[in-house]
Amino acid sequence: MDVSDCDISAHFRWRFPVRDSTSTLVTLRLVYLARLREAFGSSGETLELAVHDSPSVASAVETLRARGGAFASELAPSRAVRFAVNHKVAHVDQPVCDGDEIAIFPPVTGG
Amino acid sequence: MTVRVQTEDFDISAAIAQLRDGNTGIGAIATFIGTVRDVNDDAAITGLSLEHYPGMTEAALAEIVTDAKARFAIRDAVVIHRVGALAPGDQIVLVAVASAHRGSAFDACEFIIDYLKTRAPFWKKERLSHGERWVEARASDDEAAARW
Repeated sequence: MDVSDCDISAHFRWRFPVRDSTSTLVTLRLVYLARLREAFGSSGETLELAVHDSPSVASAVETLRARGGAFASELAPSRAVRFAVNHKVAHVDQPVCDGDEIAIFPPVTGG
Repeated sequence: MTVRVQTEDFDISAAIAQLRDGNTGIGAIATFIGTVRDVNDDAAITGLSLEHYPGMTEAALAEIVTDAKARFAIRDAVVIHRVGALAPGDQIVLVAVASAHRGSAFDACEFIIDYLKTRAPFWKKERLSHGERWVEARASDDEAAARW
């Protein structure tokens, strides 16, 4: 899936993709919950991502990991981390569109 | 169907009355109430703090109840989950299911709480005498949900 496949009407915060010869810019809303919110010292942020091919949840995770520190340790491949895109449970390989909200959280413990 | 996320306590009698109201075809109501234990993993618990993901939580609970209605012959269900600060002995979650016969009510009630524990975005943080800690997910909860 390319960014151009994303449904514009589905995204209230749609921004037209800025393109140069090699990459596309997507803006993602990240939400950090529970232990990850505390570890990152933030409940979320807006991430602008320059991508060369189809962006996915993994694109955002790799960008965060590259910061090092708590982002690298908490999002290490060995850690149990869950994702949701626009409030629906998602796999790390799920494609994302400009304006999507990606939540990153530990396995749930309600009930 | 009723799903609610709230800080205040809930009244099981009110939930049952809501399920029964005008529904004389109901022959069985099964309920589950989860409460705060004062001990977990051999440590004394002085309280819990429950966090959720507003927006996704309500949708996830509604999806679980819709799934239960598709799998079991039930008439209706109520799910109420509390968030915020809770003390030992406090009620955390209510699942109440109404059906014509008891078998589907018991099954659907167990299915809903099993799925809630592994799919609804809630997180518990325990308060101990010497600090606090996030509750870790249990493999036994995944196994319970996988039965369905």
